[in-house]
Amino acid sequence: MNRVVITGLGIYSCIGTNLDEVRDSLYNGKSGIRFDAERKPLGFRSALSGTVPTPNLKGLLDRRMRVGMAQEGEYAYMSTIEALANAKIDEDYLVNNEVGILFGNDSSAKAVIESTDLARVKLDNTLLGSGLIFQSMNSTVTMNLATIFKLKGINLTVSAACASGSHSIGLGYFLIKHGLQKAIICGGAQEVNPYVMGSFDGLSAFSIRENEPEKASRPFDKDRDGLVPSGGAATVIIESYESAIKRGAPIIAEIVGYGFSSSGNHIIQPNVDGPMRSLINCLNDAGLKATDIDYINAHATSTPVGDACEAKAMTEVFGENGPLVSSTKSMTGHECWMAGASEIVYSTLMMQNSFVAPNINFETPDEDSEKLNIATKTVEKNIDIFLSNSFGFGGTNSSLIIKKYKNFN
Amino acid sequence: MQVMTNEEIISEIKKFLVEEFEVDEAVLGPDAVLKDALDLDSLDYVDLVVVIESTFGFKVKGEDFVGMVTFKDFCDYIITKVNEKK
Repeated sequence: MNRVVITGLGIYSCIGTNLDEVRDSLYNGKSGIRFDAERKPLGFRSALSGTVPTPNLKGLLDRRMRVGMAQEGEYAYMSTIEALANAKIDEDYLVNNEVGILFGNDSSAKAVIESTDLARVKLDNTLLGSGLIFQSMNSTVTMNLATIFKLKGINLTVSAACASGSHSIGLGYFLIKHGLQKAIICGGAQEVNPYVMGSFDGLSAFSIRENEPEKASRPFDKDRDGLVPSGGAATVIIESYESAIKRGAPIIAEIVGYGFSSSGNHIIQPNVDGPMRSLINCLNDAGLKATDIDYINAHATSTPVGDACEAKAMTEVFGENGPLVSSTKSMTGHECWMAGASEIVYSTLMMQNSFVAPNINFETPDEDSEKLNIATKTVEKNIDIFLSNSFGFGGTNSSLIIKKYKNFN
Repeated sequence: MQVMTNEEIISEIKKFLVEEFEVDEAVLGPDAVLKDALDLDSLDYVDLVVVIESTFGFKVKGEDFVGMVTFKDFCDYIITKVNEKK
């Protein structure tokens, strides 16, 4: 079995568009949530959203490479060039080695809807242009980035709702662990626009605390009233320990556990059993005990039922007042398909800089969250091992355990 | 569409080739070989049809590109089509 290490990170999110900005936002408990006035005339019950700047790729990529890129692909390009740079992987390495890509993504609604609108006006599909097909497919991120970076390894998109990003890293970890790949660009991407979130808003799942956008996402708080949608992209370069050592790569951390499960019940209502089995499977895969975990980055999205189920599952596995817990979604909102990857980036930044980011807006515990050891403020703390949870519609659950590099041997 | 002179049509063609297709204007001489000068692949021709339709209001048939060798051929084709519409 190969050891699997993280050698590069990249982030493009509503709390910063590079690692330094994001580290500072996490440390300072800065929210990226805003009121998006454009959503109200479109019939949104809640116009709250994480807001992400549109990257200007002109000058970075030629036209042919840009026209097939959907919004989430543009974000993913930005996070990936940052990750490749700090992994010290250049164009020559990508051309001459079998590097793969596994990205979590579960929609490209803006491209699909805009192309449909155009088709209805033109009534002639040859006037839709060459880019929309490549923007509209779920695999838009991987097909574009694999072409841009001339990748030669595995090339596929992982669609697993809000656990997509986490599963992409977990599956990459398995492929490398079992010797099938040496290096994989993993990550998650999430478009940010009204098209993708309209029908989700229709479920009344979003917080309507529109007069206080920065206080709207309040995971585990007694007065939480729903999630806040958000997005961007996160990239995590993973490779075998031998590969990293051989090319002199900067090793940041080691992936030591991946656990997953399906809850096997309702399409939207979570339960306790599914997340609990994901946690236990992850600890077993890592060969660790619950007491070995220093920090848990919770999935908690700020929905009443979801947070309660996760709190119960964590209490079952880690006991009352277990490891420090925070949900960075309190600052970022719910980054959906991207969240499982971005939260690995956020937690690894905390690990590198020895702090636990606060679960902002956690003011009043409820009967479930009072049993957790939730970081209400930034905590200066050495983190040797953390666990990150991601759960999604249909009961898809994923957990990852990451260990600090200095602990090797 | 307002009636355009041949010079105005050529100017519009150069404008979209430079702005949309990022072609270097310096290479767009009359004798420039279209395929080399524009460095377009098969997908770019799909976009060329779209931009010609939105700029000049007519749709190029794929087979019409076959006879166009130089940039001048391309401009002459569009000028002829635009004048047919007058």
